[in-house]
Amino acid sequence: MESTAHDFKSNVDSALANPNLQDSLAMLKVGFSERRRLAAERLPEFEVLRDRARDIKNHALANLDFYLEEFERKVIGLGGHVHWAPTAADARRIITDLCKSVGARTVAKSKSMVAEEIALNEHLEKAGIAPIETDLGEYIIQLRNEPPSHIIAPAVHLTKDQVADTFLEHHGPLGFTKRLTERNDLVAEARYVLRQKFLDADVGLTGANFLVAETGSSMLVTNEGNADLSNTLPKMHIVLATIEKVIPTLEDAAVLLRVLARSATGQESSAYTTLNTGPKRDGDLDGPSAYHVVILDNGRSSVLGTEMQEILRCIRCGACMNHCPVYGAIGGHAYGWVYPGPIGAVLTPQLIGVEEAGNLPNASTFCGRCESVCPVRIPLPKLMRHWREREFERHLTPKAVRQGLALWSFFARRPKLYRRLTGLANRVLSLFGRAQGRYDALPLAGGWTRFRDFPAPQAGGTFHAQWARHGGTRTRP
Amino acid sequence: MSDTESSARSHILNGIRRSLQRGPLTGEARHAVEGRLAAPPRGPDVARARLAQPEKIALFCQWAETNNATVARVAAGDVAGEVTAYLARNNLPARAVMAPSPLLDGYDWESQKMLSLRRGRGEGSDQVSITGAFAAIAETGTLVMASGPDHPVTLNLLPDTHIVVLREADIVGGYEDVWARLRERYGKNLMPRTVNTITGPSRTGDIEQAMELGAHGPRRMHIVVVRE
Repeated sequence: MESTAHDFKSNVDSALANPNLQDSLAMLKVGFSERRRLAAERLPEFEVLRDRARDIKNHALANLDFYLEEFERKVIGLGGHVHWAPTAADARRIITDLCKSVGARTVAKSKSMVAEEIALNEHLEKAGIAPIETDLGEYIIQLRNEPPSHIIAPAVHLTKDQVADTFLEHHGPLGFTKRLTERNDLVAEARYVLRQKFLDADVGLTGANFLVAETGSSMLVTNEGNADLSNTLPKMHIVLATIEKVIPTLEDAAVLLRVLARSATGQESSAYTTLNTGPKRDGDLDGPSAYHVVILDNGRSSVLGTEMQEILRCIRCGACMNHCPVYGAIGGHAYGWVYPGPIGAVLTPQLIGVEEAGNLPNASTFCGRCESVCPVRIPLPKLMRHWREREFERHLTPKAVRQGLALWSFFARRPKLYRRLTGLANRVLSLFGRAQGRYDALPLAGGWTRFRDFPAPQAGGTFHAQWARHGGTRTRP
Repeated sequence: MSDTESSARSHILNGIRRSLQRGPLTGEARHAVEGRLAAPPRGPDVARARLAQPEKIALFCQWAETNNATVARVAAGDVAGEVTAYLARNNLPARAVMAPSPLLDGYDWESQKMLSLRRGRGEGSDQVSITGAFAAIAETGTLVMASGPDHPVTLNLLPDTHIVVLREADIVGGYEDVWARLRERYGKNLMPRTVNTITGPSRTGDIEQAMELGAHGPRRMHIVVVRE
């Protein structure tokens, strides 16, 4: 998809002013994050499992070439095909060619963030092939022509009423002329409309949560069952997965599954976890006759061995965004590309460049909740700090910020001068502001006071002064 | 593999090796990962996956019900009767498509004069399906379905109501016990086309994060646990 990450600030302004979005985001705080906490509490081994999950992904990344080759060997052995795509363009070409090879007119798609990353839908449409999103959330936003705003709940930015309007507009011509008001009626209507599309689709396209090297299986986790219909009804099943999805064995999958659903939605287990291994076998009464796996790199191999490597452990549960105060205030669209929230703030500059997305890592209070809930313990704040440094090094930081920092560092390196100046400022601010206790306007601080008051310092002097007065001493390491 | 494809393959694999600052794994390092594949290390023990069989069965039933399935525990002779009674209780037609499985054929369907059964794969118009299960996981109340001529995948997905006949002996503790059974049945490294693990009816949280049942798969799941 086209990135608007460079417009981050204006994206944020529109998000904050959007009442529907704000209503939807309010539900996030009591929804996924509370359920995750309860699920983690119900499983005493949860923290040890997180440690192991981290170790498994680290092991897989350190031996990625080996496990990918093993995976390929197993898939081929069972009559499947593996295609290697260094770039997004390669993956799009491979998938379009595969669809054309069976004369496909429609593709039943199960939600795939990687497909969003490579803008697959637009390219299929250009080739005259209609992609049909079958995950309910993806279906809703496809009708509305919007990008997803969350990696596991793509329509989380919408209210039920907005969904009702969208369905009335698009299903009306199919004979559904009543505006629905209940969630279960909306779900039932989408099920009815999509069922026929499943039965008619020529190709099923899914992502993969994991690729299991031991067995050559692609593993998919869903609640709706749409991925399973996508990989069972059409005559061709295409799996699109990136290189870091490969894990060694089924035992490793068990560990990762135990942390995935709990971190994502707070469920003990998602409703469907499916292992697909090759095409239909002799004697099978259903299943696709062709099975293809497209393995995409798209810049990931160059992240290996760098200080950013830890981001490749991500299993895309969405916990970091569910717990992020910034995501909770602005939602996913403001981030301007496929991956929002803390993971997006780290991954987007990596995948599309710090020039385009350098602002995203600044959208963090560094409160650390993302890291504290990450099932594979990715140090997201540390990685965001890394991008802030890169942004500064490349002189992408705004001039005012750079000059301000230069000024501050001039004084910070001259402690005596620094203390005299801050002491003076403290006294002045305290003198004029004590009565009111706050300032609603201050020279040079308009960026702050436009949105909130600046507290007036109370008696007692600066922190340094108070520290010295209370007999604080400096400890040297 | 065409030249383009083979060069794309080596492009990616060599890129990975360059980043990891090594060539293809050889010698000791290769031996170590091959060994790990051959004898997969188990993850940390999960206490609730390691109970005695009667507690396993009870835990399975408890989690299955928490996940919106219904459970009936009956003797083998009462399986067919329970299926008919369930359909009647829920005002469903006494008509179902059943997996062509010898195990299911062993139950006394003849005794249910009103019940009409078709054997085969699922179609879009089917209301009710009846299948067995390869195994079930106590830890999360999850059913495990292995595809094959005796268990078409469409039966797990297309009908509105899915009735599963599960033998007590097939209830295991955790995922790892299922993997062990799969390896025993299909051979090490070999898998049926599809293994569906299913926890309750189909659901979605995509509208306002509220769970609604019956997104694309079955709206109702009834598990008939056969006492031994």
